[in-house]
Amino acid sequence: MKIAVIKYNAGNIRSVAFALERLQVDFSITDSPEEIRAADKVIFPGVGEASSTMKYLKERKLDQLIVGLKQPVLGICLGMQLLCKHSEENNTPCLGVFEETVKQFKPDNDHKVPHMGWNSMTTTKGWLGAELNEQFVYFVHSFYVPLTPYTSAITEYTLPFSSAMNKDNFYAVQFHPEKSAQVGVKVIESFLNKS
Amino acid sequence: MLTKRIIPCLDIKDGRTVKGVNFIDLRDAGDPVELAAVYADQGADELVFLDISATNEKRKTFASLVKRIAERINIPFTVGGGINSVEDVAPLLEAGADKVSINSAAVRNPELIDQLCAQFGSQFVVLAIDARKVDNQWTVHTHGGTKPVDKKLFSWAKEGQERGAGEILFTSMDHDGTKNGFALDPLAKLNQLLTIPVIASGGAGLPFHFVEAFTLGKADAALAASVFHFGEIKIPELKKILIDHHLPIRH
Repeated sequence: MKIAVIKYNAGNIRSVAFALERLQVDFSITDSPEEIRAADKVIFPGVGEASSTMKYLKERKLDQLIVGLKQPVLGICLGMQLLCKHSEENNTPCLGVFEETVKQFKPDNDHKVPHMGWNSMTTTKGWLGAELNEQFVYFVHSFYVPLTPYTSAITEYTLPFSSAMNKDNFYAVQFHPEKSAQVGVKVIESFLNKS
Repeated sequence: MLTKRIIPCLDIKDGRTVKGVNFIDLRDAGDPVELAAVYADQGADELVFLDISATNEKRKTFASLVKRIAERINIPFTVGGGINSVEDVAPLLEAGADKVSINSAAVRNPELIDQLCAQFGSQFVVLAIDARKVDNQWTVHTHGGTKPVDKKLFSWAKEGQERGAGEILFTSMDHDGTKNGFALDPLAKLNQLLTIPVIASGGAGLPFHFVEAFTLGKADAALAASVFHFGEIKIPELKKILIDHHLPIRH
């Protein structure tokens, strides 16, 4: 099994690479369309800002490439948000695998923004399965994906939002599995077990 | 529910863990990577590594240590110590650090906060503030808490937030090393004043001090060093006590 991690200006690529090394899987960090298309699975990581990242992907024609992939694809954090149709972050049109619009958290007295730290996933289903229900994972984000028919885990912060999703061959998590201790390892393994 | 974070802090000198009582009298508490792995296994929510090496040459060793930590540890960690410029930060993030903390350099050059946030994003930047009460005012200190400067804790923390810092790490020099508990009043005031998370530091001696930091001090996270390094407080037991006090804790 060969994993392609899409190379772009994302802050957490190194952490994702270390997580894959710990799992002893064969992977490469690449922006080569041929290599990405030929991979058994593709990971689309992300930390950063939506509009500049979309611009970067478009310049390299990676936007169309990602949408057209047939093998399992995992979007992480900004990667998940970019798989949606639109983001409120600098009013950015995104890839549109999921129909949703990515929204911004509104801070209140009890909730600081960004949502940063460990929070739990509830009502996990599908690829995440019951064993990950009520488990804690690590988040750092100011924008969120609302609940959708494709939501596979729910987390609460000011409101319930999608902490994981799945539609066809596209899987996505808002949290950072590469930083979520043993629970994160299980999430990555769940994805790696998909075919 | 978002949980309160427990953060062991490892002071690093020449690649080894040390912790001074009141920042003086350094004692060796082991290999950083091994110690970090133990803490991660015990349920630490995050880790902080502060490089207190004196020279730039030694600091290059720190970047390679950061890489070894990142390879091994699967929880978030912050690195700091001796960061003076954007150029100092890039190799640390490249090595796999999740956040950097800046302290004296930001006091000298507040613009550094803006520059780091513009380059790497607010979530990467922790503003560490060492302060102690001088003439009834919480006064910022630099150089390991030894040198008072012309800044006050609350206005400096607020300025840090406005310049884009993602978190404030507040150490009370009056409490650090005493094991008599965290500085609860200024913590609560910081929490009221700021919209970014506040990490409490300095004074942890008993598990109940963490309960106080989260309830009375309203801290988002609490950091300690020697009580963890010398096994006086064990993280699983600490977390059980916090849960018994109905605090949201990862378990």
